[in-house]
This record gives sequence, structure tokens and C-alpha cells, in this order.
Amino acid sequence: MVEVTLWGALAATAGGQSKVEVEAKDIRELFRKLAEQYPGLEPWIDRGIAVAIDGTIYRDTWSKELPQGAEIFLLPRLAGG
Amino acid sequence: MNFDPRFSGRKFASVGTRPIRPDGVDKVTGRARYGADFNMAGQLVGRVLRSPHAHAKIRKIDTSKAEALAGVKAVITAADLPDLTDGDAAMYDILDNCLARTKALYDGHAVAAVAAVDAHTARQALKLIEVDYEVLPHVTDVDEAMAHHAPLINDTVFTEGLEEKPVKPSNVTKRSQFGHGDVHQGFGHADFIVERSFKTEQTHQGYIEPHACVASVSSDGTAELWVCTQGHFVYRQHCAQLLGMEASKLRVTSSEIGGGFGGKTHVWAEPVALALSRKAGRPVKLVMTRDEVFRASGPTSATSIDVKIGARKDGTITAAEATLRYSSGPYAGAWAEVGAMTAFACYKLDNVKTVGYEVLVNRPKTAAYRAPSAPMAAFAVESAVDELAKELGIDPVEFRIRNAAQEGTQSSYGPVYGPIGIGPTLEAAKNHAHMKAPLKKNQGRGMACGFWFNFGGQTCTDLNIGMDGSVSLAVGTVDVGGSRASLSLVAAEELGIDYSQVKAIVADTSSLGYNDMTDGSRGTFSSSMATISAARNAIKTLRERAAQMWDISVDDVAWEQGHAVAKGEKHGNLGKLSLKEIAAQSGKTGGPIAGHSELVADGAGVSFATHICDVEVDPETGATRVIRYTVVQDAGKAVHPTYVEGQYQGGAAQGIGWALNEEYIYGKDGRLQNAGFLDYRIPVCSDLPMIDTQILEIPNPNHPYGVRGVGETSIVPPLAAIANAVSNAAGVRMTHIPMSPPRILAAIEAEREG
Repeated sequence: MVEVTLWGALAATAGGQSKVEVEAKDIRELFRKLAEQYPGLEPWIDRGIAVAIDGTIYRDTWSKELPQGAEIFLLPRLAGG
Repeated sequence: MNFDPRFSGRKFASVGTRPIRPDGVDKVTGRARYGADFNMAGQLVGRVLRSPHAHAKIRKIDTSKAEALAGVKAVITAADLPDLTDGDAAMYDILDNCLARTKALYDGHAVAAVAAVDAHTARQALKLIEVDYEVLPHVTDVDEAMAHHAPLINDTVFTEGLEEKPVKPSNVTKRSQFGHGDVHQGFGHADFIVERSFKTEQTHQGYIEPHACVASVSSDGTAELWVCTQGHFVYRQHCAQLLGMEASKLRVTSSEIGGGFGGKTHVWAEPVALALSRKAGRPVKLVMTRDEVFRASGPTSATSIDVKIGARKDGTITAAEATLRYSSGPYAGAWAEVGAMTAFACYKLDNVKTVGYEVLVNRPKTAAYRAPSAPMAAFAVESAVDELAKELGIDPVEFRIRNAAQEGTQSSYGPVYGPIGIGPTLEAAKNHAHMKAPLKKNQGRGMACGFWFNFGGQTCTDLNIGMDGSVSLAVGTVDVGGSRASLSLVAAEELGIDYSQVKAIVADTSSLGYNDMTDGSRGTFSSSMATISAARNAIKTLRERAAQMWDISVDDVAWEQGHAVAKGEKHGNLGKLSLKEIAAQSGKTGGPIAGHSELVADGAGVSFATHICDVEVDPETGATRVIRYTVVQDAGKAVHPTYVEGQYQGGAAQGIGWALNEEYIYGKDGRLQNAGFLDYRIPVCSDLPMIDTQILEIPNPNHPYGVRGVGETSIVPPLAAIANAVSNAAGVRMTHIPMSPPRILAAIEAEREG
């Protein structure tokens, strides 16, 4: 079980919760379980969400493992210049 | 992918040296081919008809007279680019921006296009196209667009991100919020509070090379596109989707690029050129004029930002808050969101809150511009931080050091930081000789910090070893700032050979797997990771071939300094085999030797910079001269220090232009009044001092060499550093960018009058 922090706009789609608990071992499973538990999140996930694991931001690596006790934040997927 | 990206702390032989770039001679002798330098037999000239109105309904377009003109081979409107975006809102916006469908949404919005035998005929044809417009009320100012009475740009837009679903449409497409703690409580603990509002005007990236392409669609449905772009694979995806083609049937070749800075990250005219070519059955060359680049490609946001920061007498910030409003043109964006994430990222804050609003206006579609959105947020925050330091009577550098984020700090946008460089850049600035240099009358010094995320992304690289032992490196990230040199250094480092043995090219979309574009400061970060991986795969093959040549087990062969070395007592009499010797025998030992890599380069480290700036302000005219400028920035590891310094200097130079002169000026009619370099003034050499640089190297733990992106962070602090310097020189706080002479003069006079 990992605790995931959602940023402001995302929290609104998860019933106003800024922190949710999910049973997931990697980013792929995290997204799948989040979409199951909070259907309002699915369009956001489809559009692209970045996952910060202990401060390092991952944008594309589904297979990245989520260590127990890790700090996990969901962040908007940003554009660069 | 089986590749370990962790930082290894190795010693370098090639990385960190400064050889000449492989594309240098061609660029300084004029041989390098940019977007407009490519031609095909029988090509036509493409031209675009643009709306003269800021906001207008398109009732009807009559192209019959233009089509009848001798020499005209094709005329297209939005009807020739049907909507194939399948519900993808972002792609639909790009499509609508390429050719307006029902409404012209800004002065310069494309409404039709022609392909003709020459430029004269094409221009004549544009004049023969009759567009029946119903002019609508417009709004171009970000604050006015948020007002209740503002004309609605898109009545299907309801603000996202509000607690309660709105019942009325709005020009605000989204609200976003970041932060932690309780700012109300934090301000209660403050002894001093600074609260100010700031504005920044819209600026263009100002790349010298306009958008240009040559498109050729064959009757069998295959096509080629030669184009200046930051991401030819992305352009292929966009164009293929918008034209209903299979991506593999569209081969896109990226030209040399005369600057992009974020402005060449999505398509503008390329689908139009392809659609013209498809209709005409001949190649079409389409080159934007400078006027078109300003009016119809993507500048950055104009902004309006409120900042409030409180601190105790001992210099500890107790709370920080900002409300950021960013214009996104007539289409939805996420620019304020990024501003809200980056605004306070340099600081360790217990109580912080930022709110961003994305605002539609009748201006061109906003595009990324080098660390998009961060410079404006940094301008507002760093100006307030400077003012607060003054109120507290603390040196501004010392105040920032006291409040700087560090490893373990919870960032203002959420996650906890790993090893970061804000503290070291501030310490380096504090100890820099620049900080101690004396100032003369009417001169002022300012400093400021900046933050940017940096990205990685999908990356694919091929490394081929010729039979003569030379190495070809094919990468898919467009070289915008010397990456062919830095990636050649990386290949040389891994293989243990000399830089001169490696030749790097940017491969076309049919020759290599997909690559994300060169944005997010990812070019060298991502492609160096893929190059290291490809080289290691090639080394594995080289060892196998050496084992064959020696007739020993590959387990007994190591790779050391460009040679296969037989290990173990029983092989003691075997001499080393060089890469060249192994390559020469490759035809007999299994064929060509190559290394390939495809990976997602994730884990790009965040980046920080501190800038110091001295200016002299003429109190009679309000004119400002930058007299000294220093950039201190963390590079993780500078692969090619000269080109890292170039990125630092380039960001500072663009920031100086943005801070002092550059701005989009609109008339009351909603038309852009300064769409040219005579009236939109970017800095030239004589406007700039030598920009000093100091590279810090705090390794990124998620890259084998510790590399961080360096391309964008350098444009984040300049607006604020220069504003602080000008404010100190003029004796009045400047809150509106650009600080053009009239604006400075007005501020000085207002201050005098009290």
C-alpha cells in the first residue's frame, strides 16, 4: 500500500482528497488502480500525469517501482521550451 | 531496456573537454542548410491568407477567382483539412490554428492558403480570395479578459478546477493550485509583509530563422517533409494525424535550426504545406515572413501576478502566496499552472500557496518559450523577495541563502528535493568578485534565483562502427545548441577513442525509432543516456568479436581505453586489440558492428541558477544599459563546457531583451502593431556586455555521468535580476516588464511627484 498525494485540481476529481492510498507496486498499476477507484481521474491519466517518487519526477516509465514508504506525488505533465 | 542510469562517479577522458563542434565550419561558412535552404524540382510557392481581425466569424470563403488565376495550382481552406483529431482537444486546437474553421481568433490567424508557380502569382491569388467576416468584439489583455463584461472567445469553455462546477462559460479555462501549510497562519507570524502586483508583456522567442518547410506528397500517398523544427518525430505524428496518413509513409527530415526556444515544438504551417502539395500534386515550399512569425506563431504568455511574502525579523520567511494569471492565446493552455509550480521552488517554505488561472485572449496561440512560464513567476517573486530583504535590512543574497531549499526540503510544488544546487549557486554568487565591484552614479546591482524542472523522454540512438574504425552516431533529438559535439564526446568516452573518430548526425524519421523533441532541456541529458547505452551494446559486440579473433571465451575479454584486453594468466601473451583492428575484421567475424538503444530517459534532475546584474539607468531618458552580468548555474556535469556556457549566455541575453525592451503592442483594433524587428527590439551585440559564467557541477544521481539539462534555467532569473538592478539604480520599484525607457521614466517621475 502506498500513499499518493494529488495536486489541487486532481484532488477535486478524487472526492476532494489530497492524499489517497493505493495498493500498487509500480506506476502502471498505480494508474490502473487510481482509475478504478476514482473514475474522474481517468481522463487526466490519459492526458498524461507525471509521478514524483522520493523527489525524482518520472513522466513515462510505467515499470518504475514504488518502494514501500516512498513519498509519491502526482504532478501535471509539463511542456518544455 | 536493461540499462542502469545511476550516477557512477567515473573519471573522464573526453567528457568535459572543449573540441570544435562538428557543425561549426558549415555554419560559419554558410554551407549549413536551414529550413528555407532546401529545394525540390518543380516546387511551388506556398502563401497563407491571414485574418486582419482579432475576432471574427467566418461566414464564407470564395476561392473561385484565385483558383482561376493562371499559375495557381492549389487553393485550400479548412475544408481541405477535415477534423481527424478524434476528440483530442489539444490536436484540434493545433488544427484550428493551422487553418481557422469557423472563427478567426486573432490578427494573423490563417484562413486560406495557395500554391502557385511563383511568389508574385501566389500573392496575387491571396488578394483574389474573398472572405466574408462578421467582426466580433475582442479582448487582448489578460486582466480584461477575466472581467465579467469581457467578450467570450469560446462559449463552450467552462473553467476547470473550481470546487463548484461553473454554470456560465468564461475566458478562464482552468484554475490550478499548489502549496502546503497554512499561509493565513504563516502571515500571522510575520513581522514584515511585502505585497505587490506585477505585469509582464507578451514576448516572442525571437528565433532568427522563420518557420520554413518543403512538403512533397506523392500520388501513392507517401510524403516527405523537410523542415526546421525542434522535433521532427513529433511533427511527423502531428502532420500524419491531421492529414490522415500513416506515420511511416511520411518521412520528415529536420534541417539545421536557427533557433527554436520552444517555438518550434508543434506544427504551425507544415500541415498546410502538405495539404497544398497533396492537392497540387507538386512539392510546395512554405516560408513564413517575419511579420507572419510574429503575428501567427507562438509567443509566450502575457501575465498579471500578485505576490505576498512575509518574514520574521530574523530573516525567516513565514508564508508566501501568489496568484498568477497567464494568457494562452485563444486556445486552452497550462501556462499559469507551470508558473504556479515554479514560483517559489527556490525556497524552503512551511506555508505556501499558489493559484494559477489560464486565460483566453485574442492573440496568437501561446507556445513554450525556454523554461516556459517560469521567468515571469520568478520576476514577481524575486522582486518581492528583494524588497522584503531591504525591509528587513538583510543583504539580499544572505536573505535568500537563509531561506533556500535544500536536500530534504518539501518543494512548493509538492515533492521533497533530492540533491539540488540552489544553495551552492547562491554561495558562489555571494563569493563572486562581481558582488564586490564598486558601482558609479546611476548604477544599480540586482540578483535573483531561478528554477526549472528539466525533462527526459523517449529516445532512440544508433551507433555504427565502420570497417575503418570510425564511428557514426545517429541521434533523433534535433541539435539546437551543440549536442552533436557533446554526444560525440560521450560516445568517445564510452568507447575509449578520440572525439575525432566520431561523427554525429541527426537522423530522419524513417531511419530511427521515435524520439521526443528537443525541449525541456532534454537533448544532451536524454540522448547522452541513449548514446552511453548504445556504446555499451557495441562494446559487448566488440568483445565478442575480439574473443573470436583470439579464439578465447568472451568472458575473458575486457574493454579498456578503446581496446579489447584478454584477461587471465593463460592469455598473458595476447596483445591488445584496438577498436580499429576489430572493426577491420568485422566482415569475417559476424558482419557490421553496431550498438542500438531505445529508452525512456526519466529522472532528469531539477536545475537552479543565480544571476547577478549591474545596470546604469539614464534618469533623463529612462534608457538602461547592462554593464555587467554573471550567470552561476548547476549543470550536473558539463559534457562540453563551452556549449554549456553558450546556453547560459544565450538565456541571459534573451532575458535582457525581455526585461528591457521586447513586447507585443496591440492597438485598440486588436491588431499587432510591431510585427518586425525594427519595432520589436531584441538585443544586438552592442546592447550586451560580456556575460560571465560559472558552471557548478552537482551530479544528477539519475544519469551515469551526473548530467542535468542546462538549456532553459538560464532564462529564469534575468527578468528579476535586471528589475532588481534597475529598481536599485532608479530608486523606484519596477513592477512592469519590459522596463522600456518610457516605463522607467514614468516610474521615476511618479516617484518624484510622490
